Amino acid sequence: MQLMAALRKEFLLMWRTRAQFLAVFVFGATSLLLFSFAIGPNAAALRLHSSGFIWLALLLSSTLSLSESFHVEIEQRAYEGLLLLPTSPRVFFYAKALANWSQLSILGIALIPIMVVLYDAGTDRVLALIGIILLGAAGLSAPGTFYAAMAAQARSKQTLLPLLLFPLVVPVLLAAVKSTSLLIIGDPMNQIRSWVTLLISFNAIYWAVCGLLFGRVLED
Amino acid sequence: MNVSPHPAVEAAGICRRYGRRWALTHVDLTVPAGSAWMIAGRNGSGKSTLLRVLSTAISPDQGKARIHGFDVSDSRDDVRREVTFLGHHLGLYESLTAMENLQVRARHLRLDAARQPMLDLLARVDLAARADDVVSGFSAGMRKRVAIAGLLLKPARVVMLDEPYGQLDPPGFRLIDTLVQTLRGDGVTVLVSTHQLSRTASYCDGGLVLDEGKVVWTGAASDLPARGGLVETLEEGA
Amino acid sequence: MRDNSNPVYTESSRPWTPYALIGIGTVLLLIGSYIGLFVAPAEHYMGDVQRIMYVHVPTAWNAMLVLSVAFIFAVLSLWRGDWKWDNRLESAIEVGVVLSFLLCVQGAIWAKPTWGVWWDWDPRLTTTAVMVFAFLGIMVLRNFVEEPGRRATWSAVATIIAFIDVPIVYFSVNWWNSLHQLQSSPETVSESFHLPLRINSFGILFLMTGVMMIRARLAALRLESELAPPLPADGKSLESGRVPGTGPAVGGNA
Repeated sequence: MQLMAALRKEFLLMWRTRAQFLAVFVFGATSLLLFSFAIGPNAAALRLHSSGFIWLALLLSSTLSLSESFHVEIEQRAYEGLLLLPTSPRVFFYAKALANWSQLSILGIALIPIMVVLYDAGTDRVLALIGIILLGAAGLSAPGTFYAAMAAQARSKQTLLPLLLFPLVVPVLLAAVKSTSLLIIGDPMNQIRSWVTLLISFNAIYWAVCGLLFGRVLED
Repeated sequence: MNVSPHPAVEAAGICRRYGRRWALTHVDLTVPAGSAWMIAGRNGSGKSTLLRVLSTAISPDQGKARIHGFDVSDSRDDVRREVTFLGHHLGLYESLTAMENLQVRARHLRLDAARQPMLDLLARVDLAARADDVVSGFSAGMRKRVAIAGLLLKPARVVMLDEPYGQLDPPGFRLIDTLVQTLRGDGVTVLVSTHQLSRTASYCDGGLVLDEGKVVWTGAASDLPARGGLVETLEEGA
Repeated sequence: MRDNSNPVYTESSRPWTPYALIGIGTVLLLIGSYIGLFVAPAEHYMGDVQRIMYVHVPTAWNAMLVLSVAFIFAVLSLWRGDWKWDNRLESAIEVGVVLSFLLCVQGAIWAKPTWGVWWDWDPRLTTTAVMVFAFLGIMVLRNFVEEPGRRATWSAVATIIAFIDVPIVYFSVNWWNSLHQLQSSPETVSESFHLPLRINSFGILFLMTGVMMIRARLAALRLESELAPPLPADGKSLESGRVPGTGPAVGGNA
């Protein structure tokens, strides 16, 4: 199936450009460090805001990895070569978005220990935390892949992607930050359910809509 | 040359603009199945644009075109199955090896992507020794050869080559000539846009010349060298 | 592909319409504001500060209306491919951004004397702020894409995606804020407040529509300067039975 072929290509490309991923991780970790300077060495405050910091770090890092994911397609118009085979733009989108998702998830999970150490922000519910990372990363990946495809073809690519993406993913940010916070600080009233529902709904809507409209972004 | 009654490529009134400039103006074209057609013209005359429209890489603004009966605007996927296109941009992944680039393409075409068949293909373009080298380290000519190997994976009924001789050395030129001859032997319709007029005219059946997006001449390729003035103008870029 | 048989811009048969709308709208707005500021009674709990409601609520209604209309234009632009929908989309997005921004400013002006803070994270206002940024982003997108066809397609797609997000943003901010709920922005409470509200709503509606019409015209004129007009058809078709290429063509083309 073409989706398998496309996924295989994506993961091969990811593996081949893993040095770049390392750089993005360092960027994310550095951001986490820098955010703490905004609050100061107040352990209680740092712990309280740790969930916000990790998600901001992930959001900022996502612009780097998302734009790179399309740079490889644009430089020699490889995406066109594949589309003309023919490959369905939808297949192309989902493979790319899934690859970006896995990369962002790995990044998020890799940042957890940094958060734990810097902010004393650990949790017993590790699996749940990983689940939130996965859901939040998915919420960033679908629209992120969509807009990265646009930005890569336009002028001023670096500024265009965050400009388009950030307002859109406010719900993801809110829900992910709240959920993470509840896991770290405590959730006596089981509020996390509503936030997880929001994340799932956002993902359901945007993975569908972006896939549907993606053909318009790549075709001329 | 075998000319079947149904043309492989037909175009009528194709127009395409980029902003204020019309890159193609009312281009007509009819290419019989199994024949080889050349498209000549100076830089900027619209050769690439025409091929990109016919291969559905871009859509026409006005006019209609059909490849083996499929409309380029309405039945893009069907046209894409009928056409193999090699453009200016080679469609390679810089961070992958030659072998991997071929395998990616093969898998998308639902072909066997095992190592040996890919090596055989690379051998046909004299790149077997560099199969596992990353493309970013290749010269322009070598990149072209990888792209040609990709084309050879599964050539469709119509093959379109946009300035295939560009960046190649004399052995590379011969490679293209052999490629076209092989394709024609298999009954494939070939469209070649080129500056190498005499060379291409020697194996093409027909051709057209574009100037500023308009067709200024069309006819049998063998007539082209006889139009001395036109050929000189084109080859010297006057 | 975009429809190329339509001329890019046609002079309207009644070019004075937008100016008439702006004129009527301004008059209505002046009347409504006068009533709201000087004639209507002060609200029982909030006093004179509440009077901002007379522009705030109409602005809110109209902002929502314009953004919904932008969504419709976006869908039509994608579906029909007619350039006029793109021109209208451009004007709707810009007017929508301006109205939404005004909404945020009005909200801040109300919040400061009432709660002592410029911003109280009210779900509706916060959603509006997010939308200002979302649609500003689309305006920037339009600026960074030079090819008109691509610009039209991309901004239509981005508008649809941003619009779908509006309810989601609202729900998420609502939940997020519900633990710290202050009070929401001014609400209508009684009959005596209705008249100036209605007058101002129509005032802003007319004003906005007139401005949008002029802005759409500007977009059409700019498009005209960027895009070569369609070429006249040359009367040839695929069915006209041309003999496969032999012999020279007759000169150039018609």
